Amino acid sequence: MTLVRTKIGRRAFIRNTGLAGGGLVLGFNWLASCKMTPEQVRSLPKEWFELNGFLKVGDNGLVTIMSPNPEIGQNVKTAMPMIIAEELDVAWKDVIVEQAPLNTAIFTRQLAGGSQSIRQGWESLRMAGATARHMLKEAAAQAWQVPSSEITTKEGQLMHEASGKSASFGEMASAASNIEVPQEVELKETKSFSIIGTDKKNVDGEKIVTGKPLFGLDVQREGMLTAMIVHPPAFGMKYKGMNAESVKSMPGIKDVFHFEVYQEDTEKQWSDGGGIPELVAIVGNSTWECMQAKKALEVEWEEDSKLESTAYHDEALTALLEKAPEQPARKDGDVEAAFKKAAKIVESTYSAPYLAHNTMEPMNFFAHVTPEKAELLGPIQTPEFLELTLASRLGMPVEKIDVMMTRMGGGFGRRLYGTFAVEAAVISQKMNAPVKLVYTREDDMTQGTYRPAYKVKYKAGLDENGNLIAWHVRGAGTNDDLIFENRFPAGAVDNYLAEKHSLQTNVTTGAWRAPRSNFIAGAEQAFMDEVAEASGKDPIEFRLELFDRAINSPVGEPEKNDYDPERYAGVLKLVKEKSNWGTDSGKSRGVSAYYCHNSYVAQVLDLEDGDGIPRVDKVWCAVDCGIVINPMSAKNQVEGGIVDGIGHATYSAMTFKDGKPEQSNFDRYRLIRNAEAPKEIETYFVDNGIDPTGLGEPSLPPIVGALSNALYKATGRRHYSQPFINERPPLVG
Amino acid sequence: MATYTLNINGKKQEVDVDPSTPILWVLRDHLSLVGTKYGCGIAQCGACTIHLDGKATRSCILPISSIGEQKITTIEGLSENGDHPVQKAWLEVDVPQCGYCQAGQIMTASALLESNPNPSDEEIESAMNGNICRCGTYLRIRKAVKTAAKS
Ligand code: FES
Ligand code: FES
Repeated sequence: MTLVRTKIGRRAFIRNTGLAGGGLVLGFNWLASCKMTPEQVRSLPKEWFELNGFLKVGDNGLVTIMSPNPEIGQNVKTAMPMIIAEELDVAWKDVIVEQAPLNTAIFTRQLAGGSQSIRQGWESLRMAGATARHMLKEAAAQAWQVPSSEITTKEGQLMHEASGKSASFGEMASAASNIEVPQEVELKETKSFSIIGTDKKNVDGEKIVTGKPLFGLDVQREGMLTAMIVHPPAFGMKYKGMNAESVKSMPGIKDVFHFEVYQEDTEKQWSDGGGIPELVAIVGNSTWECMQAKKALEVEWEEDSKLESTAYHDEALTALLEKAPEQPARKDGDVEAAFKKAAKIVESTYSAPYLAHNTMEPMNFFAHVTPEKAELLGPIQTPEFLELTLASRLGMPVEKIDVMMTRMGGGFGRRLYGTFAVEAAVISQKMNAPVKLVYTREDDMTQGTYRPAYKVKYKAGLDENGNLIAWHVRGAGTNDDLIFENRFPAGAVDNYLAEKHSLQTNVTTGAWRAPRSNFIAGAEQAFMDEVAEASGKDPIEFRLELFDRAINSPVGEPEKNDYDPERYAGVLKLVKEKSNWGTDSGKSRGVSAYYCHNSYVAQVLDLEDGDGIPRVDKVWCAVDCGIVINPMSAKNQVEGGIVDGIGHATYSAMTFKDGKPEQSNFDRYRLIRNAEAPKEIETYFVDNGIDPTGLGEPSLPPIVGALSNALYKATGRRHYSQPFINERPPLVG
Repeated sequence: MATYTLNINGKKQEVDVDPSTPILWVLRDHLSLVGTKYGCGIAQCGACTIHLDGKATRSCILPISSIGEQKITTIEGLSENGDHPVQKAWLEVDVPQCGYCQAGQIMTASALLESNPNPSDEEIESAMNGNICRCGTYLRIRKAVKTAAKS
C-alpha cells in the first residue's frame, strides 16, 4: 500500500448532504444512467449514506458512484467510476453510476477535452474510493473494538481475521458516514488491482440499445417550447432585418425575434469561441412546426466583412508558406548550411481542408430561466465555463445557475464551445418559459467552429550515408499556427528549423479531435516515409535510428523535447513485431507513429489491392497510454479513432464560396460508412504500470500517415492533398 | 391539422398533427418515444430508422399521411425487455461509443436478419452502409450482427 495525503480534491471530501440530495433526486429520474438490473431496482436501499462527494453507500451494500466528467462517447462514465470502485474495494456488480451535475465545490476539472479526464482525474478518483474505504474500516474497527489496521476488505465486505468478525459495507455505511475524513489514506498497489485492467461494459449500454432517453435532444418537460435559430447564410454577413409577421401566425409558432447572444458587457469565456453574435430565434410548440416556419421566414442579411472562398484560403496559405516568419519557433544548428552540403534533398507540401465536427446528435440545449434561477440541461463539454458566461449574460450569481450534463451524441471538440447553451438561456429568458433549442443538421454544419484548413511544407537533407542531417518545417493554418515545434523529430536532428504562421479568417474555427495533430501527424509521417525512401532505409529502421539519437545524444536541451523517445520507439517496435513487418503480406503496407495527448501510438496499415478505391484490409495498432483502465473500452476508443482518421482524410471537406458553406448535410458532406471501414483492427497496449494517460484522441492522428504511405505503395503516387478521394488522377479506378 | 390513428409497437395511438409531419417528429415530440433519433432529416444517415410492416424505413422523410394501416415498430418496441437477439448481441460486443446512432443501427440490423437470417460479410456491410456512425463503431456493428445471426 502507498500512503498518500488527501490534498488533491480536498474539497470533495467535505461532506455536504445538501448537494448530494440534489444528485439523488435527479439520479433516479430520467437522467439516471446506471446499469441496474431489475433485481437491483427492486432491492434499492432504504437509505443512502454519503461518504464523500463522489459516492454513497446504501444500507444494502449498493454503491452509487458519481461520474464527474462529461460523457461524449469516450466512455469515462464507465472508466472513472471503475477507478473509484477499485480503491473502495466494492464488487462492480454492486455499483450504480450516475452522471454528476456541475459542482465546482466538489469536483475539479469537469471538462471533456484534450484526452485528459482519466489522466487528471486519476489521483482524486483513487483518493475518493480509498477515503471511503478507510472510513468503512474505521467504523468496523470501532464496532468490533479491534485495530483498523487488522481489518481487510474484499468486494464490499469488511473482515477481521483474528476474531472471525465480518460485515458488509452496507451494514457499516451509517456508522462510516460519521467518521472523520482522514488526512491520509492508503492506495492499493497497482499489481493488486482487480477492477482496473478488466473488461467492463458501457454502463449506459442497456439504455442505449433499448432507446431510453439519455441525450440532450431527448429532454422533455411540462410546458416546454421548442426553439430554433436562423444564422447568417455566409461568414462575413450579419443580420439586417426581417418581416416576421406572417411567420408568427403559422401553426404552432409562438414567437420570432432577433436577439443578441452576447451583449457588449458580457464577460466571455474561451468556450464562447466561434459563436455568431446576432441570431434570429423561432419559438414554437414542436420541432416540425419550427422547421416549417424556418423555411418560410425571410431574413435580410448584409455584408459585414470579406466573403471568403476556399480558393482564397488556399492561395493565402500558400503565400504564407513562401515567407519566413519574423521569429522561428525553434532553431537548432543551421539548416541552410546543412542543405548546401546535403547529398540528397527531399521537399514536399501537404494540405487539408476545413472539417465540420458533425456529431451525430446536433447541437441542442434545454434552458429554463426565471427571474429566480436558471436551469440548464444538455450536452456540453465545458459546463464550468458555461456557468460563468451565463452568470454574466443573464446577470445572475452562479449559485442560482444549475448546469447538468446529459450523455452526448458525440463531442469531438464541438461541444467545448457552448454558445448554443447560451442561446437557449437567452431565448428562455425572453420567453419566460422552459425551452429546448435544437439545431437542424444544416444549422449544425454551417454554423462554423470548424477544424482549420492547413498547409505545411517540409524540406529534409540527407548525407551520402542516408543520415538525416537537416529538417525544415514551415506550417500555416486558418486562425491556427499548426506546428508543435518541440515534437519529434526535434531533438533527433542536428539542424532543425520549425516555423509557423496563422492566417486570420472570418470562418470560425475551434478544437477538433486531436487539434493540429489530426493533420500534422499524417503530413509529418508521410514526409518521413519519403525521406526514409530517399535514404534507402526501411521506414521503421529509419525512425528507430532517429529515436536512438534522441535517446543517446539529444540535440538541444532534452527537457525541451515534448516526447519520451524510449516510449515512442517502444510502440514502433511492438507494432513491428505484431504486424510481422518485413515479411510480404501481399498487401500495400504503410507505417506511422505519433505522440500526442500524453500517449504514444504506432500503426501499420494494409491496403487491399484491386480495382477502385483501395480498401483498408487491416490495421495493427500499438498504444502506450500507461495503465489501461478498461481494456475492452480502450480498444473501442482506438478503433473509433482509426476509422475517424481514415474517414476524414479520405472523404471529408468543408468548402466555401463567397463565405457560404458549400456543404450543409450528409448528401454533400461525405462521412466514412460501414463498407469503407477497415476489415480488421488489432490493438496492443504496452504494459508498463505508468500512470494512465488519455485515449480519446491519440489513435486518430498517426493513422492518416499510415494510410498515405500504404496508398503510395498501392498507387505509386504520393498523396499530398486531403481528402484523398479528390486527388487527381482519381483514386477511383 | 388532422387526426390519425397509428399502430405503434402493437398499440393504437391517436395524434392530431399537420399531415406533412414526418413520423420521426410524431414519435419524438407527440408520443415521447425519443429512442428514434434525428441525424439529418434527409434520409442520409439512418439514425431515424424504424420498421414499417417489418421493413427498415427512414422515419424522417415519412409523412404521417402516408402511413395508413401499416404497423410501426420503434426501438422501444423491438422487444419487451431489451432482449431481442440483436440488442443482446450489441451488449455482448459492447458496440456503442456515444450511442446516438445505435437505435437506428439496431433497427436496420434486426430488419436485415428478419429477411436474411444468415447474411454474408458483404451483405452485412451493404445493408448497414446507410447508417452513419460518427464514432466509427462499424467493426463491432458487423461483429454484433454476426453474433446475433448465430443465436
Ligand atoms: S434522420 Fe433520417 S436518415 Fe438521417
Ligand atoms: S456510437 Fe456515436 S455515432 Fe455511433
